[in-house]
Amino acid sequence: MIRRTLLLVLIAGSMFAQVSFERILNAAKEPQNWLTYSGGVQSQRHTGLTQITPDNVKNLEQQWVFQARSLEKFEATPLVVDGVMYTVQAPNDIVALDAVSGRVYWVYAYIPSPAARPCCGMINRGLAILGDTLFMGTVDAHLIAVNAKSGRPIWDAKVANAESGYALTHAPLVVKDKVIVGTAGGEYGIRGFIAAYDVKTGKEAWRFYTIPGPGEPGNQTWAGDSWKTGGGSVWVTGSYDPELNLTYWGIGNPGPDWNGDSRPGDNLYSDSVVALDPDTGKLKWYYQFSPHDEFDYDSVQVPVLAEMQWKGSQRKVMMWANRNGMFYVIDRTSGEFLQGKPFAKVNWLTGFDEKGRPMRAPGKTPSTEGTLIYPGNQGATNWYSPSYSPRTGLFYIPTWENTSSIYFKSPVEYVEGRQYTGTFPRMTVSFRGNIQNQITEDEGYGAVHAMDPKTGERKWEFKMADVTESGILTTATDVLFVGGREGNFFALNARNGSMLWKAALGGIIANGTISYSVNGRQYIAVAAGNSLFTFALRQ
Amino acid sequence: MKVWTFALSAGVLLAQHSFTRADIEDGSRLYSNTCAACHGANGDRVSGVDLMHGRFRRAATDDGVAAIIQKGIPGTAMPPHALTDFQAGSIVAYLRSVAAEAGSVSGTGDVARGKAIFEGKGACQTCHSVRNSGSLVGPDLTDIGAIRRAPQLERSLLDPDGEILAQNRTYRVVTREGTVITGRLLNHDVFTIQLMDAQGPRSFQKANLKESGFVEKSPMPSYQGKLSAQELADLVSYLVSLKGIQTQ
Ligand code: HEC
Ligand code: HEC
Repeated sequence: MIRRTLLLVLIAGSMFAQVSFERILNAAKEPQNWLTYSGGVQSQRHTGLTQITPDNVKNLEQQWVFQARSLEKFEATPLVVDGVMYTVQAPNDIVALDAVSGRVYWVYAYIPSPAARPCCGMINRGLAILGDTLFMGTVDAHLIAVNAKSGRPIWDAKVANAESGYALTHAPLVVKDKVIVGTAGGEYGIRGFIAAYDVKTGKEAWRFYTIPGPGEPGNQTWAGDSWKTGGGSVWVTGSYDPELNLTYWGIGNPGPDWNGDSRPGDNLYSDSVVALDPDTGKLKWYYQFSPHDEFDYDSVQVPVLAEMQWKGSQRKVMMWANRNGMFYVIDRTSGEFLQGKPFAKVNWLTGFDEKGRPMRAPGKTPSTEGTLIYPGNQGATNWYSPSYSPRTGLFYIPTWENTSSIYFKSPVEYVEGRQYTGTFPRMTVSFRGNIQNQITEDEGYGAVHAMDPKTGERKWEFKMADVTESGILTTATDVLFVGGREGNFFALNARNGSMLWKAALGGIIANGTISYSVNGRQYIAVAAGNSLFTFALRQ
Repeated sequence: MKVWTFALSAGVLLAQHSFTRADIEDGSRLYSNTCAACHGANGDRVSGVDLMHGRFRRAATDDGVAAIIQKGIPGTAMPPHALTDFQAGSIVAYLRSVAAEAGSVSGTGDVARGKAIFEGKGACQTCHSVRNSGSLVGPDLTDIGAIRRAPQLERSLLDPDGEILAQNRTYRVVTREGTVITGRLLNHDVFTIQLMDAQGPRSFQKANLKESGFVEKSPMPSYQGKLSAQELADLVSYLVSLKGIQTQ
């Protein structure tokens, strides 16, 4: 009782200190907070908190629930700063809550233009913070700065035209004095871009088109005017390496998605990772995962950065589990391809040439009669955050195993603001998720695949019945948290994949779990269905 | 409480719903964000249309007006709006509340002079913020001109105690250790209280408080007699000009 009173006293002061960029760079030094979408600029989604262990995780109990007043998928990862949690109620309401009680401090309600038309739901994946300012991209392609204390807007920058199919759905990334976002809309024949805005004024500082224009290197990888409507969307947050001063972003599919006839060539920088100078937006290097893609294999995954012994020397690597079914290790200084191994069933390639270019399996392209491709249109993984644990040295992938699609080729015509895709592939697994799961293991299943990046071999698999859209969190005590579409939330042993604890949350888990602590008590937060749940050890 | 506010404080009752003061404010914000570009702040910019005097050409009932808002008027520049029934209703409630409100401001003011008084002689920023500069103690006034009209603003300055909105009430807590904290009440339940003070939002466990309760008098001083009639008009004009942040 005495201890409890002491804690309560401390809770009374949720003191705000400004979140400097220095603090963001050193996020690992304050594991009580969750300062960026992926928990730090290296995007490992790994917490240094140690109160919850494999032994006591069974004592987790629910602390509070925030029920969003929204029927859209809850894809936002919250931020936690000194006892205050910030999340987004879809589409674009920022909610500030007391991270201990779950009580709402304020709501900043943004009403997007009715012209907003993101392909896959009026959703948002989260926020960025710098100083006392929160940043949010909106489904009608605005970037908004909001005072983190009062919840009042500071500036509103129109990034692109919602009418033409542009949207912002990912959490922005702050690098120094700029906030970086990229545009979604790959199904609408947009020309995607990544842009940086001055954190104070909202003025655009630079813009990098994900599809090079005439005269720029790479434009020749598009025929005729196809570059103008080539897609190349961006809808998941990038990473940053302060030593190299490079920011890394994954780029989405080329358009039209399922018929590449109008765009012969590699279609740079679709389905690539680009390394940009965050001060100027200049391209330093790129690596293209799926040249001339016709399977909707967006490379919109979180780039996970780590330092690693690689074949005898210390290297700055980037690990990447791609929607196309391959798990890559790339040298993030130069963009050199180091390794690519399948982490799920794949049939569209036979291997890589010495430069790391995939060698295509013959006949594996969309056709009028239909072609069966593994992985399917939703990919062997997708935007769901993976996790890397520097302790186990393993890379954990939210996986759709055994999924396939039959791809058909049909004519496509571009009309501004309309979908520009081709024929939607036939899939056995629902794209949105059904309330009853009736798929068989042969048609596909969800799993966590724990991969050894040094060999590309799988160490263990944890199977679910339905597929998963959940991100993964690992802890400094080797506990792994993950959920799935079936609404189960699991704690696993990160070393061997055995299940330690579970909770039935009853809704699709389509976001990344986080951990934070307030006054010495560690919490786990995850959204399922339309609600955000928090857990802590029973006291 | 002043008579003029009675109808508003009691909420506006439309056919199906009643709208609280906060709902009407939301309606007012929706109006300035989605309608004012065409209809103007006073609802009379489209010729032949006057939205703020309680009579509509094309609709006899409130539900009829809400339907026009949602569906638009085909063949005219009035577009459909993707608003829920409740949102459309809250705009109608706002339009009604403006129509119901009597009173006019004394004199016309100058926005630039008003701004100077706000930041200088009035010392309003010691308690209020406009566009991210100022204090969190009082309500943020960045879009006060979009949600209040001149007569209400003038009354706020002359008689701050006259009507204090639910979201602006001041609350005071004393912790077991004797620390006193006052701030605007944001939220509370059986166990906890959330306040906004100069530092930002804060949460307290009731079990840890010695005392807690509303502060009757507004911390805001009355400016009756402290500002000349002209200064007051200038200040009100400045407040009316604060319509929120603009998209850039
Ligand atoms: C793009 C410009 C535009 C916007 C935006 C707009 N309106 Fe209109 N509205 C008009 C025009 C023009 C008319 C007159 C149509 C006519 O009768 O010819 C009109 C008519 C109306 C009428 C019918 C008036 C009457 O007397 O029957 C109502 C009510 C109305 N608007 C409400 C709204 C509201 C509320 C909003 C915001 C949600 C809104 N309008 C947004 C242009 C606009
Ligand atoms: C000592 C702090 C303080 C000062 C100084 C102060 N205010 Fe206030 N003001 C408040 C508080 C607290 C409220 C909310 C309670 C209330 O309505 O009285 C408020 C309310 C208001 C409101 C009503 C807000 C609404 O939502 O309707 C307006 C308008 C306003 N103040 C304007 C001003 C202006 C203009 C000045 C300077 C001439 C000023 N205030 C100076 C504390 C202050």
